[in-house]
Amino acid sequence: MAIRVLKPGLFTTIQDLGRPGYAHLGISPCGAADPLSLRIANRLAGNAEDTAALEMTLLGGTFEFEVDAVIALTGSLCDARLGGLQAPANTAWKVTAGSVLQFGSMQTGARCYLAVQGGFDLPVIMGSASTDVRGGFGGLHGRRLQAGDLLPTRESGAGNTRVLRQGALERLAGEGPIRVTRGAQQDWFGPEAFETLNSCAYTISDLWDRAGLRLKGEALHSLEPSQLLTDGIPLGAIQVPRDGQPIILFVDQQTTGGYPKIASVIAADIHRVGQLRPRQEVRFREVTISQAVQALREQKGLLQEIFE
Amino acid sequence: MLAREGNMKIVDASDSSLLLGFGDAISPTLHSRVISLFHALQARNHPGIRNLHPGYSSLLIDFDPLQLDHKGLAALVEQMADHPGPSIAGESVVTIPVCYDAELGPDLPDIAVKAGIASEEVIRLHSSAEYLVCFLGFTPGFAYLGGMPETLHTPRLPTPRKTVAAGSVGIAGSQTGIYPVSSPGGWRLIGRTPLRMFNPESRPPTLLQPGDRVKFTPIHRRAFDELAAREWA
Repeated sequence: MAIRVLKPGLFTTIQDLGRPGYAHLGISPCGAADPLSLRIANRLAGNAEDTAALEMTLLGGTFEFEVDAVIALTGSLCDARLGGLQAPANTAWKVTAGSVLQFGSMQTGARCYLAVQGGFDLPVIMGSASTDVRGGFGGLHGRRLQAGDLLPTRESGAGNTRVLRQGALERLAGEGPIRVTRGAQQDWFGPEAFETLNSCAYTISDLWDRAGLRLKGEALHSLEPSQLLTDGIPLGAIQVPRDGQPIILFVDQQTTGGYPKIASVIAADIHRVGQLRPRQEVRFREVTISQAVQALREQKGLLQEIFE
Repeated sequence: MLAREGNMKIVDASDSSLLLGFGDAISPTLHSRVISLFHALQARNHPGIRNLHPGYSSLLIDFDPLQLDHKGLAALVEQMADHPGPSIAGESVVTIPVCYDAELGPDLPDIAVKAGIASEEVIRLHSSAEYLVCFLGFTPGFAYLGGMPETLHTPRLPTPRKTVAAGSVGIAGSQTGIYPVSSPGGWRLIGRTPLRMFNPESRPPTLLQPGDRVKFTPIHRRAFDELAAREWA
């Protein structure tokens, strides 16, 4: 039993919570760009929260269900329609065999998630079903979806669907500037660079994907004349190439790199990076490591409380 | 053994990672400290540690900050650096067959001209040295190999190729490396190996690991074709 891809959308891949443990072999973590939305979609659909789901980008796809399925849509609102009727988001609902579910453009963010109760019947490679497009493995044939693809679904077990509490998503969403902590090469930058990063608005450029988001705005200049020896890159690191225009390195990032890292997006705000769109304005605010860890702890707590 | 001739610098690289720095140079001594600690941490297999990223002279530890904290991990790492366990350095040498045919290594003549030597001499030099896997990065299984004879040092191409075939052996600056998967790339190509450097289905998925030693053996085109057919079947 399967879901047939009639139109793939702009960039649709299978993602779960990623593939940690292989960075020393040059293998990126991959996984959902907005892991909170993925986890919520799975919990709504009655799945384990790390079950693989569809991640759609900017423009969603069109899918024909060859089987009855319980699904949940989360992330950006995207004008999803089932036979002309608005398809509900952020709740579990049943799609009957033969239905065609059509997604439009993302309206409130960059990505939406479609979780299917039972999950997709796809191979788990190195502990994850996530698509690694650069490595050409994982997901469905190691690539983004194409028209005509068949996504095999698993028998949905006796998964218990969940219901979100009123206002739960708003409390999780986060607002204001994206929070960052100082990065590995913080010594390479003077107070002016941090002042700039903390106060200026940046625009997300069109050079934007799961590997990195290139920003445009006030240049950040390193005071260090020498070149950095290639070192490891943490998820969400903000690296500064010669032109001073920062780049947020993201889930499909290379595991090592040779540009100085001024800062790093905090773990609790990574999901917000996954919803940033090209040409959108973004601001940053520096916090301490302990504030960042506290934010992550609070987020974890909230995630336990958002369902009825 | 972990040398203690220099201090290890520990920096909070993010709310979920520490960067351990051993110095600012590409040197076998600094690198051996990276690899020793990398092996020790791998053996330790701490559940809070998610990823280890060795570099030339640094090691990034990515961890779950709800399971481990920066100070605690830093203390653990310093203790491990002071009291290293038995070395499990890979002393074996991985031999990689390479066909240096003109078709598979289109930039070999350029390198010969720049170095002022014959193409055969490029092949002899490249395949006589022993290399060290400094780290892997760029794409799954892409090993940055140090130890290339200085005569062969050549800057990367001014404009990268849009596609480089899997198995291509290239040179960039003082480094040589092998493209494990087809990707864009700016290294100058001198040959190709029939071996699969990255196979997601294999355990481990990459032929090379950080700290491995590598030698290249020249093979003829016929041997390349036969081996490639078997390897990629």
